[in-house]
Amino acid sequence: MDSATFILALMDSAVRMAVPLVFAAMAGICAERSGIVDIGLEGKMLAAAFAGAAMSAVSGSAVLGVMAAIGISIAFSMVHGFATITQRGDHVISGLAINFLASGLTVVLGAAWFKQGGQTPTLSGDQRFMSLDLPGAEWAAESLGVVGQFYDKVISGHNLLVYLSVVAVALVWWVLTRTTFGLRLRAVGESPHAVDTAGISVAATRYKALLLTGVLCGFAGAYLSLAQTAGFQREMSAGQGYIALAAVIFGKWRPWQTLGACYLFGILSALEARMQGVEIPLIGTLPTQIFAALPYVLTVILLAGFIGRAIAPKAIGQPYVKER
Amino acid sequence: MKKTLLTMMIAGAVSMTGAAVADPAIQFDAGGKFDKSFNQSAYEGAERWKAESGGSYAEVELTTEGARAQNVTRLAQRGGDPVVVVGFMNEGPLNEVAPEFPDTNFAIIDMVVDQPNVRSVVFKEHEGSFLVGALAALKSETGTVSFVGGMDIPLIRRFACGFKQGALAVNPDAKVIENMTGTTPAAWNDPAKGGELARAQFEQGSDVVFAAAGGTGTGVYQAAVDEGKYAIGVDSNQNYMHPGTMLTSMVKRVDEAVYGAFKDGTEGNFSYGIQALGLAEGGVDWALDEHNAELVTPAMVKTIERLRTDIIMGEIEVHDYMSDNACNV
Repeated sequence: MDSATFILALMDSAVRMAVPLVFAAMAGICAERSGIVDIGLEGKMLAAAFAGAAMSAVSGSAVLGVMAAIGISIAFSMVHGFATITQRGDHVISGLAINFLASGLTVVLGAAWFKQGGQTPTLSGDQRFMSLDLPGAEWAAESLGVVGQFYDKVISGHNLLVYLSVVAVALVWWVLTRTTFGLRLRAVGESPHAVDTAGISVAATRYKALLLTGVLCGFAGAYLSLAQTAGFQREMSAGQGYIALAAVIFGKWRPWQTLGACYLFGILSALEARMQGVEIPLIGTLPTQIFAALPYVLTVILLAGFIGRAIAPKAIGQPYVKER
Repeated sequence: MKKTLLTMMIAGAVSMTGAAVADPAIQFDAGGKFDKSFNQSAYEGAERWKAESGGSYAEVELTTEGARAQNVTRLAQRGGDPVVVVGFMNEGPLNEVAPEFPDTNFAIIDMVVDQPNVRSVVFKEHEGSFLVGALAALKSETGTVSFVGGMDIPLIRRFACGFKQGALAVNPDAKVIENMTGTTPAAWNDPAKGGELARAQFEQGSDVVFAAAGGTGTGVYQAAVDEGKYAIGVDSNQNYMHPGTMLTSMVKRVDEAVYGAFKDGTEGNFSYGIQALGLAEGGVDWALDEHNAELVTPAMVKTIERLRTDIIMGEIEVHDYMSDNACNV
């Protein structure tokens, strides 16, 4: 395989690996910019993955599966909102509770419903999202050189949710920076008192932000069980919710930068899958462990020195108490 | 003398009643008893014993790594006999627990534990993997076949090495790509990564992939379906999962090992020491059934059966990775 093909295949794989991170990171941005720490991204993804696979297995429709995934994710998000906004509880503890709840509940319900030890049945056909070939992909690959091949190999041939993830980034960017609601959302994350003085409800704005978080996490979970694999397996989110949070910080709470961070993590995972046992000139074969550790090492190095200071929203993690 | 005799009688009576009331017990490994693979095979063996004997057994599924010794101790304390522990990771814990219960029979699968009350059942995975490797190379049109392992351990390298030898035996120019999913037990349960590894191998030209990776394998088989390639299952007969793309399965009769331990233990015929099950003993094999019959031509069957006879007769010696921790073939 020549190097151009290798790089294209690597990028193609990176796009697939990054999708759950992108959705979850956008969910994280919505919550965090409004002042809510959301460590429960992981749990919401897992619960959504389960609900999506369960609904799809029963109904035979992947679209219904996504709707169930979004529904359950919103429900978890509202529980987090009730605990942190209305009851002014600790954000991290509420988020952790959601993670534990999702981790246990999915296996227990899965075991009770499907009798396969917490897995859902294997999904096939319309129960999943299959890859789509974009128009003109083959023609472009043959006649447009490298650009065409990039279009054919990297951009075309993914499933619907992959394309939606990019749309989600654009939407989150547009809502946050170009709408009145977005301005208010960012304002409650920086200075809730000022927003309150202007006669806008801090609690309502934060709830709306968490609603967005719920929808986006629902997509992240649905991608795991309905597109990337074919069915739910326990703990299948495998810490990606936390990596998404790292990507949010990496991207300084900004949608497009965060998308870049997600793709960087995606490339690292793709590299790990491809560089195992491959001879590198002068160095020889590297042990697989190096590639497994690379994402973590790079995160630490980049966070420590290369991206500059990441400044969190000012009012993050603080319950809002109206002055009396 | 009289006293000794009495003690012996009491001891005999105790052990007899022990044999009569004790239920067998089993600890499944990480991956869970419904992994459609290794643990599920163990589960099926236990269920078969239950159906045939009408007895019942205690079971526990491993949820955290640290709980192994604790689980086994609990099963033994509750009177489980024999206590079967599934998986090589139990070597340390069983070495610890077995001496504490000298009157309990233990069996471990996939690892050797040298204790007087332990039966160690190991399989000659390299022999079974050799056959499916040969079949993979016969089926491949590109001349490239590949392997996805679960956790990177010598046992899984043994599968990989047997597979490679088999492929090279029928096609000396065959290229064999090998990948491992990870270095922690989480690697047994990561279908997304398994699928990604398989796709990477397909891009490098492979058109038949063999997965020895527990639950991770489901992602590999799914990737083969999505990309229109062939996959080979492991441990259980997994041909039924995706008829049409599952070329065969390297069946490892974990079920027989569990069934045998349960049966021998409850009937008082328990034996100790190492049981090494290969092709000759029926411990490993390749699977041909109605789900993959269309994919395997009579000529392929003939070649594979000939190789199998040669291995059993000792005319082909399959190198065991674990004998020298190297695969120089």
